[in-house]
Amino acid sequence: MLRLDHVTKTYRTGSFGSKRITAVNDVTFDVEPGQVLSLIGESGSGKTTIGRMILRLTPLSAGTISFDGTDVSTLRRHGLKDYYRGVQGVFQDPFSSYNPIFRIDRIFSMIRSGYFPHEDGRAWRSKLDASLEAVGLTPGDVLGKFPHQLSGGQLQRLLVARALLLEIRILVADEIISMLDASTRIDVLNLLGDLKARGLGIVFITHDLSLGNYISDRTVILRRGAIVEMGATEKVFGDPRHPYTKMLLASVPHLHERWSGDAVERHSQAADDADASGKVAELVEVADDHLAAVG
Amino acid sequence: MALAVDDLKVYYRTLAGDVRALDGVTFSIADGEIMGLAGESGCGKSTLGKSLIRLDTRMRYVGGSITVDGDELPIWDDERANDFRFRRVSIVPQYAMSALNPTRKIGRMIEEVLKSRGVAFEQVEPELHRRLELVGLPESVLGLFPIELSGGMKQRTVMVLSTLLDPSVLIADEITSALDVSTQKAVAEMLVEFRNRGFVKSMIVITHDLSVLYQMADSILVMYAGKLAEKAPSDTIISSPRHPYTKMLISSLPEVGVRFAEKRLTGIAGRPPSLLDPPPGCRFRDRCPLASERCLEEPPFVEIAEGHQVACWEVAA
Repeated sequence: MLRLDHVTKTYRTGSFGSKRITAVNDVTFDVEPGQVLSLIGESGSGKTTIGRMILRLTPLSAGTISFDGTDVSTLRRHGLKDYYRGVQGVFQDPFSSYNPIFRIDRIFSMIRSGYFPHEDGRAWRSKLDASLEAVGLTPGDVLGKFPHQLSGGQLQRLLVARALLLEIRILVADEIISMLDASTRIDVLNLLGDLKARGLGIVFITHDLSLGNYISDRTVILRRGAIVEMGATEKVFGDPRHPYTKMLLASVPHLHERWSGDAVERHSQAADDADASGKVAELVEVADDHLAAVG
Repeated sequence: MALAVDDLKVYYRTLAGDVRALDGVTFSIADGEIMGLAGESGCGKSTLGKSLIRLDTRMRYVGGSITVDGDELPIWDDERANDFRFRRVSIVPQYAMSALNPTRKIGRMIEEVLKSRGVAFEQVEPELHRRLELVGLPESVLGLFPIELSGGMKQRTVMVLSTLLDPSVLIADEITSALDVSTQKAVAEMLVEFRNRGFVKSMIVITHDLSVLYQMADSILVMYAGKLAEKAPSDTIISSPRHPYTKMLISSLPEVGVRFAEKRLTGIAGRPPSLLDPPPGCRFRDRCPLASERCLEEPPFVEIAEGHQVACWEVAA
């Protein structure tokens, strides 16, 4: 459904754009309906840039992103609006995603005037109620409120509800629960699981391996803009092949098991040496639906 | 005992009234103990950390006492408390990356900080070099400006500087939260090493991430809405928590290995009460599955086993 093909993003920095930083380097993957794909990486790995490129907030330097076979970067005006009916994003900070002086219902009525100008009041109302119920909120509780009167979890769910109004097929969820409290974040995560069952494809961007493991069907591990390992989640987590993935998994703090030894530093050193060359290591199929970089 | 806090109350002054961010908190930390302080946003954990260092203008000391190595820490008197700062109570701030003066070279800044405490730079210089080496920084960083260091290097510099005078209590406020997993591990292990080498006598590590605390802390104190919920050795808190809040919090954490398709975790419904005018009794009452009539009365924070304290009627009974 959504396909990224050799996508690369280079930023120019320094005086007169003299330096180049490759934020995303030759990334290829696709997302199918009813599938959660997590993009996992540390800061600077390009995971957010990929999300922004899918949402067309950042232009590509090379490669193509296609949705149902159409190259996304060629879309203009109506084509682009149709694309946004199908693809929406939710971002990290629910507190700054809202205009603080608008009530929640006004945010939804902006969707109505933008995308459903001919829909009559009752049909719109039932649509709104349905999408709020889909994210586990009671319309009466939230609609008349200002953003500051709601909790982070509620705000984040409202953003998902807003995306659902458009009958989206792909949701880009960029660190959507990292700002939420531990006791409520799992509910938002479960919501993504429920949406998946309704046939939504989800690009789940996170730095937290345990969250990616919990919710996703497929996992892509990114390092400095390039994919080091990808495949079915249980294979990537259960049988990691790349030293970087192993290092990440060894550094994750577990609840019932303490960190062991100092093997981690050695691995990261080895990985650093390996990518000092700046080339993208080739992905090789190590098992069925499991690719890892070699070199 | 490195630190003893007794019935400490610190409120925030707002136009709408006092926000009771820290409402009667009593605990102590033994020599050599690393205590983790966990809780959700707004539970008062950072307020507790800040009150030990300096009350900002919005914070109002209401009651209670703090003793550091047997001496009373006068947190209500900004000037007298100054004798304790850096020497006996020190902090690694949440944004260690922006804690350094951008207009001074690192060495000169450290010299100025030491001078303000009446300590000659030459006196601690050899120790400073030893410690920089320990955290993997070359001596040459002293001649650099903060802008020339990477984020991780700045963080390590701040950690060395904060502990230079061997404080009795070090407060580390969310210092691992913004870091990647691999750096997080290195920083956590460094803090433990600082304690092992006696650079700091005891430590309060404030974070919302229980799994990091389990890796490094000896004991964990869980706070909820301005009150203490439970304190116990790390193993006990994680494997056999007693307070319903701690139990539900721990069971809601996804771990590597737990999958949505196989085991669906659940969160805690509802949200903490407003601290502007908190309801009487147990503050977790509205979200608690065990709540009864008795919870309208405030539960005391009592010891149920050695080193294990809980504030809950159901558990204490």
